[in-house]
Amino acid sequence: MDASSHDVLLVGGGAAGLRAAIAAAEVSPKLRIAVISKVYPMRSHTVSAEGGAAGVVKPDDSLDEHAYDTISGGDWLCDQDAVEVFVKEAPIELLQLERWGCPWNREPEGHIAVRAFGGMKKRRTWFAADKTGFHMLHTLFQTTLKYDPIARYDEWFVTKLLTDDGRVQGVVAIELMSGKIQAITAKAVILCTGGCGRVFPFTTNANIKNGDGMALAYRAGAPLKDMEFVQYHPTGLPFTGILITEAARAEGGYLLNKDGYRYLQDYNLGKPEPGPVLRSMELGPRDRLSQAFVKEDQQGRTIQTPYGSVVHLDLRHLGEKLINSKLPFVRELCLKYQNIDPLNELVPVRPVVHYMMGGVSTDLDGATPLAGLFAAGEVACVSINGANRLGSNSLPECLVFGARAGRAAARFAAEQKAPNGKVLTQAVDEERRLESQFLSKPDGGERISTIREEMQGSVESGAGIYRDQKALTRSAHKLQELQERYRDIRLEDHNRTFNTELEAALELGFMLDVAESIVECARARTESRGAHQRTDFPARDDGKFLAHSLVYRPAEGSCRVEYLPVKITRWAPGERVYGQTSKEQPEEVPTRRAS
Amino acid sequence: MNPSTAKPRPAYTEFHPRWYRPRVSVYWWLGEWQYLRFILRELSSVFVAAFVIATLLGLRALRNGPEAYARFLHRLQTPTAIVLSTISLFFVLFHTITWFNLAPRAMAIRLRGQRLPDIVIAAPNYVLWLVVSVAVGWLVLR
Amino acid sequence: MPDKTILEIARYSPEQDTNPHFQTYEVPVYKEWVVLDALNYIKDKVDGSLTYRWSCRMGICGSCGMMVNGEPKLTCATFLSSCGGHKIRLEPLRYFPVVRDLVTELSDFLLKLKKVKPWLIRRDTPPLSQGEFLQTPEQLVSYKQFSMCINCTLCYAACPVVGLDPVFVGPAAIALAQRYNMDNRDQGAGERMAVLAHPEGIWGCTFVGECTRVCPKHVDPAGAIQQYKLKAVLDWMKRLLPPSHSHKEGQGESLNR
Repeated sequence: MDASSHDVLLVGGGAAGLRAAIAAAEVSPKLRIAVISKVYPMRSHTVSAEGGAAGVVKPDDSLDEHAYDTISGGDWLCDQDAVEVFVKEAPIELLQLERWGCPWNREPEGHIAVRAFGGMKKRRTWFAADKTGFHMLHTLFQTTLKYDPIARYDEWFVTKLLTDDGRVQGVVAIELMSGKIQAITAKAVILCTGGCGRVFPFTTNANIKNGDGMALAYRAGAPLKDMEFVQYHPTGLPFTGILITEAARAEGGYLLNKDGYRYLQDYNLGKPEPGPVLRSMELGPRDRLSQAFVKEDQQGRTIQTPYGSVVHLDLRHLGEKLINSKLPFVRELCLKYQNIDPLNELVPVRPVVHYMMGGVSTDLDGATPLAGLFAAGEVACVSINGANRLGSNSLPECLVFGARAGRAAARFAAEQKAPNGKVLTQAVDEERRLESQFLSKPDGGERISTIREEMQGSVESGAGIYRDQKALTRSAHKLQELQERYRDIRLEDHNRTFNTELEAALELGFMLDVAESIVECARARTESRGAHQRTDFPARDDGKFLAHSLVYRPAEGSCRVEYLPVKITRWAPGERVYGQTSKEQPEEVPTRRAS
Repeated sequence: MNPSTAKPRPAYTEFHPRWYRPRVSVYWWLGEWQYLRFILRELSSVFVAAFVIATLLGLRALRNGPEAYARFLHRLQTPTAIVLSTISLFFVLFHTITWFNLAPRAMAIRLRGQRLPDIVIAAPNYVLWLVVSVAVGWLVLR
Repeated sequence: MPDKTILEIARYSPEQDTNPHFQTYEVPVYKEWVVLDALNYIKDKVDGSLTYRWSCRMGICGSCGMMVNGEPKLTCATFLSSCGGHKIRLEPLRYFPVVRDLVTELSDFLLKLKKVKPWLIRRDTPPLSQGEFLQTPEQLVSYKQFSMCINCTLCYAACPVVGLDPVFVGPAAIALAQRYNMDNRDQGAGERMAVLAHPEGIWGCTFVGECTRVCPKHVDPAGAIQQYKLKAVLDWMKRLLPPSHSHKEGQGESLNR
């Protein structure tokens, strides 16, 4: 079998992966660094982030305030030492990106412009028009092109981590172009594969977000942390999952149920006025809006469509002039990607999964308990987001912890012996497994899409916005059944060249493992905190649960869930002022920059 | 296949020779209306050149005396010459209009942060063309 | 009962075929469905071996480009109902080698991107403590349009020069180079000019203009290339003048705090 070898291997080529690669290259130019990604780096899901990246730069702002906003927004489940490091390094990383050419929006005399963002009490969100993630990713990718030591494996799909002697020593990957299966050994592996939104049926996430890295680490024996915390955004298009920004509601849009009634008034969110009122009705906190939707749905008052149940966002009364000047992007997205014109049609919306707070458990330097394995970005859980992430914190998180993990992995690799040849036999075994389980298997009764859709439906009903013991247990059983049926999958594509059906089957396997961990952690946490809401345990329980859940993959039987206390340094847990800040900031300021 | 490193190395796999590489046909320009328009636009330069040559020949005929010039004019009035002249006129007009319309694409002139719209740069060309044509026409027809 | 339409899709597997052939599938037509949804329907329910790229489904990742009825398009932004008629023909992007079905080979494109040095080039690196390079909103606007490229390579499929002359660097690469040239923080215009003022660079372009027409992000690469040509000519003329007027490096010194 072919094999190649590197010092530091990045799995995933998004913001975290590329930033880590550059950081490792800057530690020592002699290091052999490689980025392996199942898509070309500029396709990574970082590219679709719109809002902005938070970093303290203005004189009236302070690191402590950013830290406090993050910790209270996270319902006190954030590790405060990690948050302190994060808020300190975020502006430095964002500035470094500016030095690399990122086109941040500017104030008239040329300084970086910042804007308000939901949950942040001060203006500290840097932004590049309404395509911040796009500009950040392309700046990072173009910058990596000038570092010769960074090699790239574009469109290689990692199927397994190679471990020996308690240490991760590389990966097994399929070169999609040719179908060749190869071992790539490395002294340190950093997972930067992003989140797992595709485990759910309604998500803003791209097709490639299947929790690959989480499942790889989980299967190798590393624990996953806080998997039950899944963030929903209350208004997304049901079919495509495209986000409809809160600006549409801030400008005066109404949310209507199937009777054309503004149902939010029944949920303690104020009285319906003709215009928008901050923190009331449609401008209530995100999680309250999502929860109201679920209750309406349970009472059969939502609209049923072939793409799931929805409510209607009504922008028609705002008029053409306002929509074209203040909400042009909303109109463009609806028209261009779902063929709906908000000027004269009702826009179907529903809560959609947006971000995964949980992930591979790491320390402040991205190191997991498994030697040689690091993680950074959405795939990791450090944790700075706790039970609920604030908007515009995830992009700087990729940069800060990507850089830290890159440097830590480079230092670790410099002290390691080369991986031993024993791992190559594991790679040969993996190749044989892929052959016999998928490629050469002649029969089988299940289609990939059937199992995937059933998994998504089950996870949404059991581990959705509201959870309870019965629904979670049902989900857990259903997932076990699906794991069995997964073994019976039949591929129609037996070619080696660019076999995307094999890729989909492997991704489904990853998603089933991740789904199992989400349901188990949700079952074990008998309290409600942040994004995890239990109808049978509606109160927050700091006595028992001011701790992260760590889930380990079972050798046999069910998963093991343990608890790791949250690190509190300076901010004692308090009451979480729901979602919005006391200073009445809308979540996303409805401005379109002149461009 | 080896990963892409600093030195660009051709990346071959077992199936590389059999990636499908369609040949671009010699008649590629007939495949699409936009391509045909482009080729006609480029071809118009031939007619512009022909027009310049005809003008030079006319000047030479003028210098050689009234009979030479009369012969030249006579040749211009044969049916073939008239047909060719009409076609040339069409192509020269086409050439001019496409040139004026495309010229602003090469010039990004900004006034107070906003880029000047193409028409602001194209229009003076048309105006100048009109003025010169009127002036020449008046001179010739006087 | 939804309407139906026929998709005629180019299929090719190097392991079995020497040439592509077409296979037809019937798919339902819904108002919200784009071509990509039809492809996903086929792959999920009808024929799992259909191979194509896609990711974000909202026109920002650039994965899903292919020829739809002979036009380079992003399939996530092309509604089935707008394709006209009862038959839609899908082929991989033109002028690229075809790996499989609708998947093209992009390594040549990436080499060309790297060739134009698409990163901020500076002679000096002031420490981060000095803060950001200043850039006014007007300076940002001057290159903003060229920074919107999503690397979807539709422009390469539209450009006949790319098809006829494989060493031509191509519209997206030159537009990206121009994006950095016009960034007031960059000091590498001279280095890029040395690479691009060549027949395989800007002078390979004959201003067909198709690249700009098909660009889904309105980057206007044709405009970028013509502006670059103008600049190249002006630079060359300046070099003919006596040394005191010779061209200064970069767009003017970057403003630093």
